[in-house]
Amino acid sequence: MSGKEKIITVHLKLWRQKNRSTKGFFEEHTLEGVSTGSSFLEMLDQLNEKLIREDKAPFAFDHDCREGICGMCSLMINGQAHGPERATTTCQLHMRSFSDQDTIVIEPWRSSAFPVLKDCMVDRTSFDKVIAAGGFTSVNVGNAQDANALPISKENADLAMDAAACIGCGACVASCPNASAMLFTSAKISQLALLPQGKVEAHKRASKMVEAMDELGFGNCSNHAECEASCPKDINLSNIARTNREFFKAKIFSEKE
Amino acid sequence: MSFNLDSKIPEGPIQDKWENHKFKCKLVNPANKRKYSVIVVGTGLAGGSAAATLAELGYNVKSFCIQDSPRRAHSIAAQGGVNAAKNYPNDGDSVWRLFYDTVKGGDYRAREANVYRLAQVSNSIIDQCVAQGVPFARDYGGYLANRSFGGAQVSRTFYAKGQTGQQLLLGAYQSMMKEVGKGKIDLYTRREILDIVVIDGKARGVIVRDLITGDIERHVADAVILGSGGYGNVYFLSTNAMGSNGGAAWKAYKKGAGFANPCYTQIHPTCIPVHGDSQSKLTLMSESLRNDGRVWVPKKEGDDRHPNDIPEEERDYYLERIYPSFGNLVPRDVASRNAKNQVDAGKGVGETKVAVFLDFKQAIERDGKDAIAAKYGNLFEMYQRITDESPYEQPMRIYPAVHYTMGGLWVDYNLQSTIPGLHVLGEANFSDHGANRLGASALMQGLADGYFVIPYTLGNYFGTNDLEKVDTTHPEFDKSEKEAKERLEKFLNIKGSRTADDFHKSLGKIMWEHVGMARNEAGLKTAISQIQKLRSEFWTDLKIPGETDEVNIELEKAGRVADFLELGELMARDALMRPESCGGHFRVESQTDENEALRRDDQFAHSAVWEFKGVDQEPIRHKEELKFEYVPLTQRSYK
Repeated sequence: MSGKEKIITVHLKLWRQKNRSTKGFFEEHTLEGVSTGSSFLEMLDQLNEKLIREDKAPFAFDHDCREGICGMCSLMINGQAHGPERATTTCQLHMRSFSDQDTIVIEPWRSSAFPVLKDCMVDRTSFDKVIAAGGFTSVNVGNAQDANALPISKENADLAMDAAACIGCGACVASCPNASAMLFTSAKISQLALLPQGKVEAHKRASKMVEAMDELGFGNCSNHAECEASCPKDINLSNIARTNREFFKAKIFSEKE
Repeated sequence: MSFNLDSKIPEGPIQDKWENHKFKCKLVNPANKRKYSVIVVGTGLAGGSAAATLAELGYNVKSFCIQDSPRRAHSIAAQGGVNAAKNYPNDGDSVWRLFYDTVKGGDYRAREANVYRLAQVSNSIIDQCVAQGVPFARDYGGYLANRSFGGAQVSRTFYAKGQTGQQLLLGAYQSMMKEVGKGKIDLYTRREILDIVVIDGKARGVIVRDLITGDIERHVADAVILGSGGYGNVYFLSTNAMGSNGGAAWKAYKKGAGFANPCYTQIHPTCIPVHGDSQSKLTLMSESLRNDGRVWVPKKEGDDRHPNDIPEEERDYYLERIYPSFGNLVPRDVASRNAKNQVDAGKGVGETKVAVFLDFKQAIERDGKDAIAAKYGNLFEMYQRITDESPYEQPMRIYPAVHYTMGGLWVDYNLQSTIPGLHVLGEANFSDHGANRLGASALMQGLADGYFVIPYTLGNYFGTNDLEKVDTTHPEFDKSEKEAKERLEKFLNIKGSRTADDFHKSLGKIMWEHVGMARNEAGLKTAISQIQKLRSEFWTDLKIPGETDEVNIELEKAGRVADFLELGELMARDALMRPESCGGHFRVESQTDENEALRRDDQFAHSAVWEFKGVDQEPIRHKEELKFEYVPLTQRSYK
């Protein structure tokens, strides 16, 4: 504790939903004794301890590393994916971002490609399917040449790293009015297209991943840029432009064939 | 069952052992590989790389993880980097030096042959990862950048910003997804292992719970691989992910797999201190910070002044004072123990008084704020997000936290446990780090095991064993499933008053107090009796809401805490039976005149391997003697 911490009371409006096939609703709770030094998820832990003691059902939400890197945590907090702080995942959000007597509305990611499993847990396996469609280099163990055999400009390596920082949380989809997964998909297409190792399959990859994205029920990108604004890892919109380039090249290339 | 602790170290000079062994390994011909099935538990660097590689070879792989996607395994949180003996900087590194440093760093409690192989395959890991598109840091000429890490005297660490674990894991994950797309891997996410099924003495399957529907499933295969990670969460507070658990390894132990050196725990010196009772986990601040930060406490006990108001002459830079040659860069175990000594002496800082300062003021004055920001900006931001204090303006507060467990299931040179067909990789096994792991070596070991070792040794297992056809109707599956279901029902039927987290916190306090950074005989005996008492309270006063056939996070926690309540006792027993100090295991009774860890090689140059005899029965302690033919035993000194 840094000495600046306060104890506050918050009013929570939580999305409750028993399972995939039932209808959800909002439930209200008041939680007292929350330290502003606690993380947002520690506040929810505190709520759950209280609910269990009162013989009520605990609130289900996804989380794991609590260091902002695994991408498992989600939550729409007062209408914003991962809450009010810029470039911050829900697990890294702290209660000092809220004031005494605040009302906090907590909802799941909402997208038909991410069905609700319980309360605020959603099914994001559609993201895995997008990667399985082409988000890799086709290299088997044993194929690789010496790592320094192919120099890569620092600029491209750094750009690839920026794109690769995506944690696959789904905030981009949840924030997009079209529920498009373009930022997620393009981050992977970009990363691999920027590197010589991924260049060989770049066109095919773009075409397959975009196709998979469409089939899985994600919407189209119409340049709202809400995804970029809500991304906890600052993934840049220029990845989408790069993906469009690769995608068009794929179309032209396949016509030639 | 008597234990067969034959380490199966191949003949020949250490440089040739792995090559000789690979040649002698039986092969499975390509057409036959598709007739074999393998279960892989865990999708971190070890499990993920194994699943991908075995599928590439043609085996049918079933992969299990507790998260919603294989990409979320906790390997993702590793910051610093991955070691390899490439010697790109031309600064004197070699396979031999990496081998030597790892054996020495492990305080001479690892098997030489395994460590040598690890160093040998390290270079192939970097090649493979680059080919996958892992965006390692590069210099302006486009070549790979290296840095020195954790006090190493050569620059052998490859890194991707402060997110190396994430990038290596995504590389392995993408390779896995490539094989999922081809139908060679069946993915089972949000599944938890409830039991390992052993038929005719061989591992042949698992019982799992679907964490969404609550369904109990049976899965059969020709071999089972565990890459399920470590058990640091036994302390409740650790840098592990919330879901990290020792469940799968513990179930294997109870089915007859030996558990080696459970007391070897790594306590990392630079973590953000505990803020209060609601704390749920601890966050690591990369070790690299000690390259520029200076560790200090006020000279006066209970000094409450703001750190910026404490004049230079009233500060004790205790690491620099005690260890003039290594200073702030002493190994992890030494740095951690010294922080504890300062706090115990009443010199702790911050509101809780359980922290020390890590100060960048002089580094900023020397190199400028921009230079420090370029190196540590993302870490400083993370620190400020959590503590609301800026390390640019005042010293960081840090304290050690549980980070990694060197102990784990015993494996031979083939990474096979004492149960034939059950192979164990990565942090879940005990093999390569001895009593202390060096920085940037966890990633190396996980990927070495998965990409480059198990593909050979598993083939040898299939090639040398006649496996009878079994399916999930075998009576052993009935028995395992019945026991697993009964246990779940039992949790729900206790209907007591305390939550699983409540018990877990109590266990964590016992473990941290008595089986933490400094251990002694009386404390360890107290821990054993307190854990036994807590365990019996758990089984009479646990409160779990809900049902088994739905999402029930409390029920999941109960299973993990029940395992930790047994595992914690074994850790204390192991620590009690090793009255020497080595690496992360410090016995107060065994120290030099200068209060440093004192090994007792004449009696304890062995791995302790525990055999399960029943929950409330005393387990049996077996030994695997360690021979040091290539690295001479010396006492570590950092003065």
